[in-house]
Amino acid sequence: MSKNLRINKNNFIDQTTRISFKFNGQKLFGYKGDTLASALLANNIHLVGRSFKYHRPRGIMTCGSEEPNAIVQIGNDPSLTDPNVRATEIELYEGLDASSQNCWPSVNFDIGGINNFLSPLLPAGFYYKTFMWPASFWEKYEYFIRHSAGLGKAPTKSDPDIYDHQYSHCDVLVVGGGISGIISAKLSAEKGLDTILIDDKSFLGGSTIYQENECYKINSINSNKWLANEIESLKNYPNLIIKNRTSLAAFHGYNYLLARESLTDHLSVNERKGKVRQRLWKIRAKKVIIASGSIERPLIFSNNDRPGIILSSSIKKYIDYYGVKTGENISLFTNNDSAYETAISLYKSGVKVNVIVDIRKNSESLIVKKALELGLKVLWESTVVDTQGYKRIKSFEVMKLSDDGNNVVGDRSKYNCDCLGISGGWTPMVHLFTQSGGKLKFRNDDNAFIPDENKTPSNQISVGSCNGEFKLNEIVVNTIENLKSFLSLSNSCYDEIKIICPDEKSKRNIWLLPSDKPIGKTKPFLDFQNDSTAKDVKLALREGFKSIEHVKRYTTTGMGTDQGKLSNMHALGIIADTTGTNMGELGTTTFRPPYTPLTFGAIVGRNVGEFFDHTRKTAIHNWHVKNKAEFENVGQWKRPWYFPKNGENMHQAVQRESKAARDSSGILDASTLGKIDIQGSDASEFLNRIYTNAWSKLEIGKCRYGLMLNEDGMVYDDGVTTRLGENHYIMTTTTGGAANVLSKLEDYLQTEWPELDVYLTTVTDQYSTISICGPNSKKILAKIVPGLDLSDNNFPHMSFKNTKISNVNCRIMRISFTGEHSYEINIQSNYAEDVWIKCMEAGKEFNLTPYGTETMHLLRAEKGFIITGQDTDGTLTPSDLQMDWIIGKKKFDFIGKRSLYRSDTIREDRKQLVGLLTEDPKEIFEEGAQLVENINKKPIEMLGHVTSSYFSPNLNKSIALAVVKSGKKLKGKKLIVPMENKNINVTITDTVFYDKENKRLNA
Amino acid sequence: MFIINCPYCGERDQTEFSCGGEAHIERPKQPTELSDDQWAEYLFMRKNIKGVQFERWNHAHGCRKWFNMVRDTSNDKIQAVYKMGEKPPIK
Repeated sequence: MSKNLRINKNNFIDQTTRISFKFNGQKLFGYKGDTLASALLANNIHLVGRSFKYHRPRGIMTCGSEEPNAIVQIGNDPSLTDPNVRATEIELYEGLDASSQNCWPSVNFDIGGINNFLSPLLPAGFYYKTFMWPASFWEKYEYFIRHSAGLGKAPTKSDPDIYDHQYSHCDVLVVGGGISGIISAKLSAEKGLDTILIDDKSFLGGSTIYQENECYKINSINSNKWLANEIESLKNYPNLIIKNRTSLAAFHGYNYLLARESLTDHLSVNERKGKVRQRLWKIRAKKVIIASGSIERPLIFSNNDRPGIILSSSIKKYIDYYGVKTGENISLFTNNDSAYETAISLYKSGVKVNVIVDIRKNSESLIVKKALELGLKVLWESTVVDTQGYKRIKSFEVMKLSDDGNNVVGDRSKYNCDCLGISGGWTPMVHLFTQSGGKLKFRNDDNAFIPDENKTPSNQISVGSCNGEFKLNEIVVNTIENLKSFLSLSNSCYDEIKIICPDEKSKRNIWLLPSDKPIGKTKPFLDFQNDSTAKDVKLALREGFKSIEHVKRYTTTGMGTDQGKLSNMHALGIIADTTGTNMGELGTTTFRPPYTPLTFGAIVGRNVGEFFDHTRKTAIHNWHVKNKAEFENVGQWKRPWYFPKNGENMHQAVQRESKAARDSSGILDASTLGKIDIQGSDASEFLNRIYTNAWSKLEIGKCRYGLMLNEDGMVYDDGVTTRLGENHYIMTTTTGGAANVLSKLEDYLQTEWPELDVYLTTVTDQYSTISICGPNSKKILAKIVPGLDLSDNNFPHMSFKNTKISNVNCRIMRISFTGEHSYEINIQSNYAEDVWIKCMEAGKEFNLTPYGTETMHLLRAEKGFIITGQDTDGTLTPSDLQMDWIIGKKKFDFIGKRSLYRSDTIREDRKQLVGLLTEDPKEIFEEGAQLVENINKKPIEMLGHVTSSYFSPNLNKSIALAVVKSGKKLKGKKLIVPMENKNINVTITDTVFYDKENKRLNA
Repeated sequence: MFIINCPYCGERDQTEFSCGGEAHIERPKQPTELSDDQWAEYLFMRKNIKGVQFERWNHAHGCRKWFNMVRDTSNDKIQAVYKMGEKPPIK
């Protein structure tokens, strides 16, 4: 195991800087520039994890973001550990501690591996079929399924890392730093456009940069040298920003893109401190150039998933870029020319490929000739039919293909190996293109879906191999030509470019390679991460699934963390072959963002903890805090809930506050109520149209309660509106409804009634509201505004006065939400806390008691006043609330009027608001509890539910409001509230429990 | 996410706007004269077109003005924006 497979060759790794890391507890070494995958391979470690369903040993299969197998858990700190990280993407850093996932007790000996032997019992849809019945067993099944599901372990503590969001705007965004991306960025920057180039790797140049092969020349020098010079020249453009380690996550409409930049994930833990870990870029680009490249396809044959089976292009990258041999006895299996490039690279590094199995009859390509000149052995028109080796491939077996490629002929011949490279051709990475709304077309000659140039959204272009161009000359020349028109260039610095490259790229495509065994006896894996095989797909088709979206979900093909980047195409191909459909007609499954998984941290950025949502505090908030208020969230507002004294619990505090308010005096911060200033010569008419009652005759200086409906006749909001002048009103709304009411009123004014001369201004924040209630409220107010005549004659209930408190103008309304004699002082917010304190001082001798929302709710419930949103839920009309008195029947029209006599709204068995009293006055029920009449007749008919429930200290009994079917007619009726362990007997009553004659308003 | 050309403010990000549903549904002048069915038609019935749709939008986090917009829901292309009360510039 401790072999060193690193070659000393001029590669891209800094072999002077050794880095130590741990894998499954074992201390290992790599070099700066390595990925975890390349460092593991250099240590001859292929077995990295276990597969999801069968727990089969799995190894590193690729060298990029498409990796399905080599996903690991990084670190073990409960707040920092990172699951499902691709070993092929994580850059090696000092102290990296990685471990295998989905295995117990260890990756080498995994109990779950027994599933592999049970695999004939675990076909596609196993879970759907098995756990269907009996339904009541689901909870038991679920426990086991949950435990066996999932790959990595999520952190258990909150994430201490910092994540950022940043907006960016540019003329041109280039996605991908391969050869076509580099050319694109240079052409754009050369034209003087503000350009951003992003690439998910730590280096630029894509696969060309390590293509050391004299078959590929640009302007007479090797293509890799030419590209290195081009990358160097990019530094000369101040208008070009290059972002490495930045992965494009999503491409939305109107060229709005999200990209995740990793800033510290490649640093040692000590170097990360205080730095932003990842930044989510929100980019709005005038034009987007997609140069996302392509990825190599695997080949589908039995047991094609063993550790040591690697994509041929990845073997090439490991040897050329990282200087790592993926094995000492390597063979290749291919259907196209690119495996021969790998063979040549290996040869140059001193590794002679044992044998190349090629399903084609032959190839005339220059690159193949070169390989043959080196003396490499090729088995033409042959296929691998099986492989051996449990934790690492040991051998593979080859058979001759029949002429039509549908069968194998002759005998098996066996070849030993410790690594098998596979190459099934190339898949253009069209994810971003389709995310943005582009449509694909199918190209039959190389079985690839490529962007349809006629169905490409405007201001974007795909270039290079993601556009289906695979030959170097095509890539370079077409990129330049296409960009000249895309960026309106008359000429370019590349106009004289000369390219030499192999000109033939022949390929023979067989999606599922034939075997001498029936398919049921083989294991040809399609989705390596989710363990779905070609036979699962065929089973799904036999069972009647036709849509590829359904087959995908039934077999889970392409549903892993890698989203099936490697072999979705093979699944489609097998479906098309089996059903006799053309792949172009079959289409693809939907590509959804993100392209690679995003961390939750990157998604939420800084919007965590106290920054998760806005918090609104009243101007008196500090006083509430000092006086130990418990707070309640009402929308974004923090409202005092109750003010506990001497260790009181909520119930005790509320009982005390409620009693004090009715016995003497209470004070409430009502600043959060919405306040809308309404002015204009049509203000009265406007109010007539939006409220159910009449407003024209309201005298200046008087207040009126109003009920606002939706057009469907349902109660929407309520509040008191005061007439300040001939053409001037101030409306109050509920706390939660304030913003929506304003929007709704604006909507009607602007769109339905533009002829009305009315102006609306929100003044919720500008005015604070202090409400003082109780029989002593008048005496307290008299001390604060001694000059004001508070007699009922001069200042009656439902009226208002302009006055001053210590030279500060204020409006005092005599209105009541508690049923007590009470006043609301409205004052400019920056004086509110002072005035509040003045009130407290003036009220000391009257035991003026601050109370919160809970006491407010209790007091109003005693009076049967509704709270819209608590007692109403958007399904109740004024009549349902027994508030017919507020409907202006003589009015020509108001919002919702017509709906009040629709066949449905005049039904008598609608749910209607009633009062409830319990048989046992001490019994309090839960809000939301159901009301029933007969608990013996099943199913039990539910007649309604409790909307508000309190224990009233002033009545010394439990009271509640509820909505009940035909409630208006049921006064005196006894019903039952069934609770978990008892039934509560209740009687339906009037909704007003306290002071039915409203005597206290003028007390 | 669209970029919407507010007729009062110019191009702004979609996050500043809210959509108010189908446009050009006028509130009946005399609702009391309508049958239940006619009123229900106004109240509940909205088109949900794949293709060119006329919509009301509000620049909620900007000038707060309502305006109309023609959008192709199949590709989100905005074909026109115009002020309230104006006739649609395209059919």
